[in-house]
Amino acid sequence: MTSGDPVQPQRRVDRAGLVIAALLAVLAVVLVWDARRLQSAAMYGMGPEAMPVVIACGLALLAIGNFIDALRGNLPARESADPVPVVLILVGLALLIAIIGLGGGFILATSALFVTTSAAFGRRAILIDAIIALVMSTLIYLAFDRLLTLSLPAGPLERLL
Amino acid sequence: MIDTFAALAHGMAVAVQPMNLLYALIGVFLGTAVGVLPGIGPALTVALLLPVTYKLDPGGSLIMFAGIYYGGMYGGSTTAILINTPGESASMATALEGNKMAKAGRGGPALATAAIGSFVAGTIATIGLAFLAPWLVDIAVRFGPEDYFALMCVAFVTVSATFGDSPIRGLTSLFIGLTLGLVGIDKLTGQARLAFGVPELLDGVEVTTLAVGLFAVGEALYVASRRHHTEEKLEPVRGSLWMTKEDWKRSWKPWLRGTMFGFPIGALPAGGAEIPTFLSYSTEKRLTKHPEEFGKGAIEGVAGPEAANNASAAGTLVPLLTLGLPTSATAAMMLAGFQQYGLNPGPLLFAERPDLVWGLIASLFIANMMLLVLNLPLVGLWVRLLAIPQPWLYAGILVFATMGTIAAKPSVVELSMLAGFGVLGFLMRRFDFPIAPVVVGLILGPIAESQLRRALAISLGDPMTLLQSPISATLLGIALIALVAPFVLKGLGRFKANED
Repeated sequence: MTSGDPVQPQRRVDRAGLVIAALLAVLAVVLVWDARRLQSAAMYGMGPEAMPVVIACGLALLAIGNFIDALRGNLPARESADPVPVVLILVGLALLIAIIGLGGGFILATSALFVTTSAAFGRRAILIDAIIALVMSTLIYLAFDRLLTLSLPAGPLERLL
Repeated sequence: MIDTFAALAHGMAVAVQPMNLLYALIGVFLGTAVGVLPGIGPALTVALLLPVTYKLDPGGSLIMFAGIYYGGMYGGSTTAILINTPGESASMATALEGNKMAKAGRGGPALATAAIGSFVAGTIATIGLAFLAPWLVDIAVRFGPEDYFALMCVAFVTVSATFGDSPIRGLTSLFIGLTLGLVGIDKLTGQARLAFGVPELLDGVEVTTLAVGLFAVGEALYVASRRHHTEEKLEPVRGSLWMTKEDWKRSWKPWLRGTMFGFPIGALPAGGAEIPTFLSYSTEKRLTKHPEEFGKGAIEGVAGPEAANNASAAGTLVPLLTLGLPTSATAAMMLAGFQQYGLNPGPLLFAERPDLVWGLIASLFIANMMLLVLNLPLVGLWVRLLAIPQPWLYAGILVFATMGTIAAKPSVVELSMLAGFGVLGFLMRRFDFPIAPVVVGLILGPIAESQLRRALAISLGDPMTLLQSPISATLLGIALIALVAPFVLKGLGRFKANED
């Protein structure tokens, strides 16, 4: 909201903005690279490769636009961010994916995510949270499996039920 | 006119079947419960609850959906009033005055005027929907593929560029969505695009995975990253729940004016509910007899924007149902709900499944009525949901969010995509990129492409076909103006600012 303010004392180059512009440019290149292997089968009109190229052109233009914004320091002000909780939640998601991938089942996987997220938001009572998580995910599993007949991945715990 | 009444009566007969009433009740209940949770807007409410409706029959589950949609809106306003964290930008105006009222011990009347205003606006706007829809359907059947393509261009531009803070950032979001829409097998030639040899990507990016990742996981990451900044404070509801005679007198005109702003702007593909709510807020501020109260808890400032918000939500159903054109994140999720059953909203659906469409419209009236009953006396129950400690709340949200994906597609690739979209959503929030255009781009991108390719195939590859159809030419002109206008106006604004 403050970006339109003309009397900003100093406008510094925004490094994050430069990274965003670079990523958009990379994405545009990937699109063109991917579109080049496609065969145009259409007799007339446009084939499957046309739209990716159009979108790539748009992305390239937007990369330039974002680059100019970043150079002028036009990005909105940001508050400081704490990386620890973000990493904790991502670890939880990674655990969930690993447990599901290795056949550990729904209950263990979501419990791991619950405990790490709760810890990310500042709770330190890990044991209690683990118990809550196990009970909750068991109830969800039963509700989905028995009532809605949706199949959730089963692991060692689910087979006991 | 007569036809509309007949169709609506028929729809009502569908909607009041006991099973459908039950679905509507479950929908409004779940919608309010999830919508009340801080940080969860109606779009995410619908996205989270999509897997729950997966196995029901289409009619019943669409009715449940309508309930979830309206329930999420009601729930969101409760959160905005009692803790100053609007779940979506359209509730920002409500939070502005409503939270001040709650702090001054007038939380009850604030909740009441929001609920009754939502009811009034929702009912009027649903009537508007019922009468506007058949008329638009008559126009829409005449649309050729080139006209549809042009219409989608208008939607792309208005959703991303015209009304946001920064057209560049809005368009960036849109193009990320369009890129994601390319992933998968091209329907016309069977060739894989952007799949990189991963078999799971051949089916394309799942809309629910994207929406839940961006909204739920992204929001959780964002709130966690800035937990040290803000302390949310829940205002207890003190004093009477009921509005005084004075409150009624000050509320009814803002309700109607809010509806007048909300419905047309929502029904035009003009992108979301933010504009009408802020228009309504500034109008009420100008017209009020109590200007000194604004900023300190004026009831007009809750009544008007809340009505505008709900009316525009019903308004976005007009282009959604008649043209298959979603213009807000929530409408995009509704479209995903239809597509889950292989239904494509549009003129054909009105002709082929009138029972379904009109049953849905009729059930909107019923959902609205249920919500009024559910919200006023039961507000204490919803308030208790707000008291869940933040760690458990967000842990629960994430479990629920991943559960949807696990139930639909329990694969490592799909879950990794969910996590990846979560990181994307976090970064977009952090750097202030709007999120709705990504979802709209993913859904509309492939449709726009196939319409364009069909149009060009019919014209034997002549691109002039886009300009030869008067409808298409006009729409493309509108899209161009809407695209250029914000840049020009911004230039003018800067020029003016320099003059001062």
